[in-house]
Parts: sequence; structure tokens; C-alpha cells
Amino acid sequence: MAHPAPLVAPQPSLATALEKLLGSDLLAHDFAADEDSITVRREAVAGVMVALRDSLEYQQLMEIAGVDYPDRAERFEVVYHLLSVTKNHRLRVRVSTDEATPVPSIVPVWPVAGWLEREVFDMYGVLFAGNPDLRRILTDYGFQGHPQRKDFPLTGYIELRYSEEDKRVVYEPVKLAQDFRNFDFLSPWEGADYVLPGDEKAGGTGEGPGKGAPTPMTSKEVKAADEKAKAPPPPTPKTTEKPAETGAGNKANKEAAKPSEDGAKAKADGESKTPATKKAEKASPNAKAPAKPRAPRKRKTGGDA
Amino acid sequence: MTDAPQVKHHGSDMFEGYPVDTANTAGDQVVTNYTINFGPQHPAAHGVLRMVMELDGEIIERVDPHVGLLHRGTEKLIEYKTYLQALPYFDRLDYCSPLGMEHSYVLAIEKLLDLEVPERAQYLRVLFAELTRICNHMLNIGSHVMDVGAMTPNLWVFELREDCLNFFERASGARMHSAYFRPGGVHQDVPERLLYDIGEWVEKRLPKLFGDAMSLVIDNRIFKQRNVDIATVSKEDALAWGFSGPMIRGSGIAWDLRKSQPYDAYAAMEFDIPVGTRGDCYDRFMVRVEEVYQSAKIIKQCLRDMPTGPIASLDRKVVPPKRGEMKQSMESLIHHFKLYTEGFHVPAGEVYVATESPKGEFGVYLVSDGTNKPYRCKIRPTAFSHLQAMDMMSKGHMLADTTAIIGAIDVVFGECDR
Repeated sequence: MAHPAPLVAPQPSLATALEKLLGSDLLAHDFAADEDSITVRREAVAGVMVALRDSLEYQQLMEIAGVDYPDRAERFEVVYHLLSVTKNHRLRVRVSTDEATPVPSIVPVWPVAGWLEREVFDMYGVLFAGNPDLRRILTDYGFQGHPQRKDFPLTGYIELRYSEEDKRVVYEPVKLAQDFRNFDFLSPWEGADYVLPGDEKAGGTGEGPGKGAPTPMTSKEVKAADEKAKAPPPPTPKTTEKPAETGAGNKANKEAAKPSEDGAKAKADGESKTPATKKAEKASPNAKAPAKPRAPRKRKTGGDA
Repeated sequence: MTDAPQVKHHGSDMFEGYPVDTANTAGDQVVTNYTINFGPQHPAAHGVLRMVMELDGEIIERVDPHVGLLHRGTEKLIEYKTYLQALPYFDRLDYCSPLGMEHSYVLAIEKLLDLEVPERAQYLRVLFAELTRICNHMLNIGSHVMDVGAMTPNLWVFELREDCLNFFERASGARMHSAYFRPGGVHQDVPERLLYDIGEWVEKRLPKLFGDAMSLVIDNRIFKQRNVDIATVSKEDALAWGFSGPMIRGSGIAWDLRKSQPYDAYAAMEFDIPVGTRGDCYDRFMVRVEEVYQSAKIIKQCLRDMPTGPIASLDRKVVPPKRGEMKQSMESLIHHFKLYTEGFHVPAGEVYVATESPKGEFGVYLVSDGTNKPYRCKIRPTAFSHLQAMDMMSKGHMLADTTAIIGAIDVVFGECDR
């Protein structure tokens, strides 16, 4: 437990309880980052919510979030966040859907779902079958499109301004004086999902984009280190009184004192010429004659001289 | 039977198109329901809220709040920013309690990174989160009493709010949009003198000025007439409508995330959770009043127990080095450059982190795909759920009670509309 985020006690018995309660409606259950999340069948979500509320004491629906994964067959994920105030536990319930398939509404289970579903509909275009009031909620009256989808541009399509000539607010297509700039700051050495030109053969490092280096010191260790730094300095080093204490002196053993054989041989070789040199000297005796000295360059005439 | 004469309203052609019941009833005159627009610009709406209200005389039959007039696409913008660049957006959500918003976000990042935060940073965060709570409640309490007719207390508590903002300025350089909490800790250490001054203020000025202002209000006959038994919410309703914070505590459920799911240094703090008994607007108001005193208690404990040490994690892959370090060490310079261009990478995963913001449970659902930008950052605002219950709460009340109900919700549209 290192991070300071809200502490929630794990519920080890939850997995079996969920399996028993939901049966085949439960598609997956995983426990990651101290949080329980389950995936359930889309058609069964309303019944699942009733069961979770009444049998497992998840009294509150805190949030419904949409997430868009354009690569998936069912691109949208609708994520419900439940809270139990009696068990003091949170549970995340996921269903997936696409643009056309509606998710059963859970307004009859929790009235708060009304606006939360409206928001997911507004932002992603996910339909909720049975929501009595599925209007847009956050965007403008008459807005078109679903802005949180990954394929919706950040700058949007329509802008509005007050027109002095017409004395009213007018809607116009977005005109940007400068295109929206989205910088790719991903370092090509770690984490980027493309291959640099010319780097195809090298392949990736094989390791996924991971977390940074671990914290080198915990806060307690840092404090301890600070304390240590404040501690009185070590006593002054003792004086050197005898030559034996300096560490200098005779070689430690006899072998080390001998000159190495290789060293002796190299010295002898250095004085004689290599066979190749001798051969070259024999073939062209004048090769070493000094070349004729070059005449000095003529100065350029004209130009800026 | 002939058609009874209909009551003519001013500008009755405004209501053209609404079905009018022409059948005669017991009385001589038929008064039809009519619809009015409350807002979008209304001083008691605490922002840009449009409510289409159907009234029977002065009795509210139906309320349809239209939100989203302040929608700025914060969540979409965050997907295009690195984790650090996205932080200042959180200040601008609930601009009355900016640090409370930052708190959820930085904790969500730290949870994904599994990053340890030094103790002093945790204490500083708790200290400033509680100052933010006081700051927020000063605004809400002041405007609530002003909405129902009292002028003076608002002016007094605004002085206290001003003091809080001055403290934020001395810590971070900005009065409101501080961007002071950072992933891994806080931005910079506070001067000793600031801690001393906060201690003085909490000890002397706050209880006196706030106590004086509240003595004018809490037993006031008019104030009670306007708030007691207005918009009563039962425990069951509070749970079903997703209430949190002072709204759920006003209904009598002692639920406080600082106690039940402690984060940062809250586990070491001692404080009480005030709860209401009836669940009406007066209870919600009084819960907030008591929370101010409890926050003061937490601040005193923070000041007493705050350890020395680093104010941010020393993990240089997340927290940039100090400027002095950068002038000495090439590696620090590289870290600084990388953190402010590319930013840090957060391992893939998803977390939902909720903290007790002054208005209730403020949650951040963060989905990371392992890059330097959030894949999805869903913000769970407090006011969204509360405002949805507006119809349920105000049905059968008078039009003038609307202001008291909105005041007791403590709604801020920067956060509700995102």
C-alpha cells in the first residue's frame, strides 16, 4: 500500500457471491488496482442491478461513464459505478454495446440513472431502452453528433457568435485561423506504437510501455537520510605515523615484481622492422625520396581581394 | 353550460399552444397551469441554470432543469492533454472549491502509478483541502442566506472567504486556480509564516467572525420559516438519487468518504460527522455550518502534526526536479525537459477515485492506455445528481422556495456542466 488514494478494504468473498448471484449473466470478474469490476451481459443489466442492490447491498449508483474503443466490434463500453454505504465497497459493472443496439435502462432501479444515461447518450450516442426522457443534456439545443466519440474532432463542426448585423446569435461552420495542433510527444524510444523509418529490422524492445522507475526512496527513508546528514561529522582521520601505514612499499609478492614476458617481447619487436616494411623498402629504393616542393599558389586576381 | 371566462395573464399569448382545459369545474374561473422559465440568467440560480417550471398558481407542479449551458467539453480536452497539462482544468470545474477537484485527480494518477507520496505533502494537501472546504462553505452559506433574504451574514463570511483565498495565493501564487496539488505531492513548500498565520486565523478570527455571522441566522425566525421542512428528503430517497456530501448527511446518513475511505493523511485526523435529523434545507445548511468547525479542527491537527521532509515524491520520472538541482545536474535537466514536453507515462489500467469534496463525492474515472495522455477521464460531478432530484424535491412547494432548495444543493455549474 504505497499510494495515498482512498482506502477500501478488499472483499475476498465477493467473487463467489457474485458467481452464485449472477450465474451466466456474469461474463468476467477482475480485481485490478484494488478495485473490483465485473462485465455482465448487456440484455441482463437491469436484472443484475436489482440483484446487486437488493442482495449485495450496493445501495447507490454513483456514476455511469461511457468509453469509446473504436477498434472493438462493440465499440462502446457503459461503465456503472456502484457504492455500498453499508459494506463500504465500490463495484464497477461494465456492459458493451454498439451504435445501434440499445442497453436496457436502469431508471426503474435507480432514478438517478435518468440523467446519467442521458449524458452517455448525448456524448456517445448509446441508446437506452426504457429511459423515459432520453434527450440531449449537456450539448446545445439542436446539436448534432456525439462529441465524446474518438472520431469526433476536438474543434467540432459548428461555432456560434453574436452577429452585429443580424442582432442575434448565428451558427457557422468552424473556421480556425490556425489548424488545431496536436503534438506527438511520445518518445520513439519508449512507448510509441509506430516504427521509425529505417528501424524496421530492429523491432521493438519487446517490453510494453511501462511505469517509470520506482521511487528511489520512501518518505521515511528520506527522513532518515536527512537525520543522518544532520548527525555530527565522523572523527578526523588519524595521522599517518609510520611508512608502513601509507600503503606504499614493496610489491606484495614476488610474481608481481617480475616484468611480464609479453612486455619484453614487444620491446624487442618494436626495434626491428616488420617483414612487410622490409619488402617494400627493397622493391622501391627511391620511395622515401622527398617529393619536389610545391610551388606557392598564385593569388587570385579580381574578385573582392 | 357555457365556457367559463379564462383568467388572462400578462402577455397571455406567451402561453399559446399549451392545452387549455375548457371544461367548467366547480368554481367560476378556471386557472390553467402555466410554464415559466427560471433562468438561464437568474441571481439565485448560482450560475447558468435554466429551469422550465410548470406552476399551478404559485405551487410547483413540475421542474425540468436544463443544464449544459456552461458545457466546455473538459473531458474531451483532457484526452488531448498530458496528465500534468490536464490538471488546471480541474480548478475550473468547481471554481468555488478548486483544490477539492484537483485532489481526486492527483489521487487517481497516483493510484494508477502506485506512487508513494511523502507525509508532508499529504498533510499539506489535507490542510489545503480543508481550507478549501471552509472557503466553499463560506460562499454557499453566504449566498444561501442571501437568497432567502438576509444580507449582512453574506458580507461577513465573504471576508473569511477572502482570507482563505489569500492563503491560497501565498501558497501557490494564485487565488483561485491554484494548480497546487500535483501528481506525487504538491507544487512547492509553504513558507513557515503562512502556516503560522493559518493557525492564528483558525484559532482567533474564524470562530469569532463565523460565529457572529451564524448567530444572526441559525435561530432567526424568518430564516427558519424559509428553510425548515422545505424539500425534505428521506434516507431511502437520498440513496436512490445518488446523493453525497452534505446532502446525504442532511438526510441523516453519516457517510463521509474522509472517514470511511480515508485518503492522504485523513486516517490520522480526528473529527466528527454532523448529520441532520429531518433532511430538509435547514438541516443541510446546518450540516455545512458544523462542517466548517470540523474543518477548523482538522486544520489545527494538520498544523500540529505536520512533519518536515520533501513535499513531493522523489521519483524523477514523475515529479520534476527543483530549479536549483537543474543548474547542477545534467540528469535533472533532462528529467525536467522530458516531464514538461512528453510528460510521464501512466501504466494501462483504470481507476475510479472519489474524494469528499466540499459539495459531496467528486469522482474521477481515469482510463489509461499506457501513454502520456489519459484515454478517458470521466468526471463525476456532485451537482449533476443533486440537481436531477430538483423535480422530486420541489414538487408541491412554492415558487419562492426554489431559491432555498438550490441554495441548499450548493450547485456550481462549472462542475455540473463540465
